[in-house]
Amino acid sequence: MNVYDFIFYLFAAITVLSAFFVVTNRNIVYSAFFLLFTFFGVAGIYVLLGADFVAIVQLIVYVGGILILLLFGVMLTNKITNVEIKTGTINIYPAVIGVGLLSGALLAALITSTWKTFPTEAPLPTTAALGTMLLQEYALVFELLGIILLIALIGAASIARREA
Amino acid sequence: MMYDFLVDLFGNSALANIIAGTIQSLLPLFVFILPFALFAVYLERKVSAHMQDRLGPMRTGWHGWKQTIADILKLIQKEDIVAKDNDRLLFNLAPIIVFAGSYAAFAAIPFTSIFIGTEVDLGIFYIIAVTGIVVAGILMAGWASNNKYSLLGSMRSVAQIISYEIPTILVALSLVMISGSMNLHTLSEQQTGYAWNWYIFGGPGSELSKFLLIPSMLVGFLIIYISTLAEVNRTPFDIPEAESELVSGYHTEYSGMKFAMFFLAEYANMFAVSAIVVALFLGGYQSPIGYLGDLIGAKWMIPIEQFSWFTIKGVFFVFVQMWLRWTLPRLRVDQLMAVSWKYLIPIAFVNLIIIGLITLL
Repeated sequence: MNVYDFIFYLFAAITVLSAFFVVTNRNIVYSAFFLLFTFFGVAGIYVLLGADFVAIVQLIVYVGGILILLLFGVMLTNKITNVEIKTGTINIYPAVIGVGLLSGALLAALITSTWKTFPTEAPLPTTAALGTMLLQEYALVFELLGIILLIALIGAASIARREA
Repeated sequence: MMYDFLVDLFGNSALANIIAGTIQSLLPLFVFILPFALFAVYLERKVSAHMQDRLGPMRTGWHGWKQTIADILKLIQKEDIVAKDNDRLLFNLAPIIVFAGSYAAFAAIPFTSIFIGTEVDLGIFYIIAVTGIVVAGILMAGWASNNKYSLLGSMRSVAQIISYEIPTILVALSLVMISGSMNLHTLSEQQTGYAWNWYIFGGPGSELSKFLLIPSMLVGFLIIYISTLAEVNRTPFDIPEAESELVSGYHTEYSGMKFAMFFLAEYANMFAVSAIVVALFLGGYQSPIGYLGDLIGAKWMIPIEQFSWFTIKGVFFVFVQMWLRWTLPRLRVDQLMAVSWKYLIPIAFVNLIIIGLITLL
């Protein structure tokens, strides 16, 4: 096991453990803060996979954007500490069957599929290639996505500013 | 590069890579940030004192130079207070996350041509990304303190950092368009030669576009300096720590070494943003007047000279931050947001378009 394997398992453990805490914790603020570690772990795994640009975007969008928004939302809500989050078990049998089927299918897919493997090599920077691709091959899709996001932004602003 | 030298020194094995990596990652902290923080705290006191016609610390050592060391000793001895209603886990975690976030930025800052933490291709983009971790840490500190002043302070701080990140990114983007690289090391390398090759003077070369760029670059420099000033919560943008309204913002409840970590992170951030401005606009570690090492044929001197130039430029901008702090009054919250959203961002966008058009020439 070389050092990269070790780092991978470290990040994987951070991601899985913190994701587990996000789901099981009863305190909503704690859940939001544990998400920070989940996003961080995922970014680390992206780096190990050689996707440097995606890793940084993960940090900017999820940690710098979505997580902060989430925390703001949670904190500005009145009496957050008194919110009762229902964590109970209902409909056990259908749930067991559903989850069992899904996990069985996933496991089967994991075991039976042949994985493409490459010899390890130093990852190349991806940013320039991504930029060229986005603005040449996928220019139309890229612009459309931009317009959709702009529409969402304008919509949000107009709803928020509507005076009674 | 220093890293290759270290790997060779430890025998070029897998273990040597780990040792070299560890040393490489700790160097900026022990060689740079800690001494710099000691010096900067002293400088801050002296600057503020002399601006107000006082003397500042005078009693410990010659002109009080040992004052910061005495302060650190005091902070180490202080009782570590965690109040009953503080959220213990997050309260203890927050200073670590804030400091880790600000230290992470130093990984992409080139100190000399032979030392950069990691030769990451995304340099400036990475630095902007790790700011997000600092933001989360500040929110964590404010919430875990269970104190309305702390929470308000952290909310203000986060809102401010997020707003002012936009003009910073826009200006950085315009530089990426001109230079074709996000790596601060490559950016600094491009500004080699003399001072007129710096990006604030339009970058290297002598075509027409260089001269057309100069006004836009000056505007860009001003925008990025103002917005980074706001990102590190310095006056005139220090409403998160407005003493008269909020006691001391998000670190009101902290004492002893935890407070020291916030303090260290703040000073590390002050240098980091100055270093970014320097690397983007003022040639990074490049000398404005050529190197003595080149003149007398001693190549080994060049990295040392570059390091001194980088430190001088960085510390100069830290000094300007202090200068502003004791000169200008604090903005109001609404004025603060107006400056970012109504002035800096539109100007930065127009500037971006102009620079884009000039680059197409």
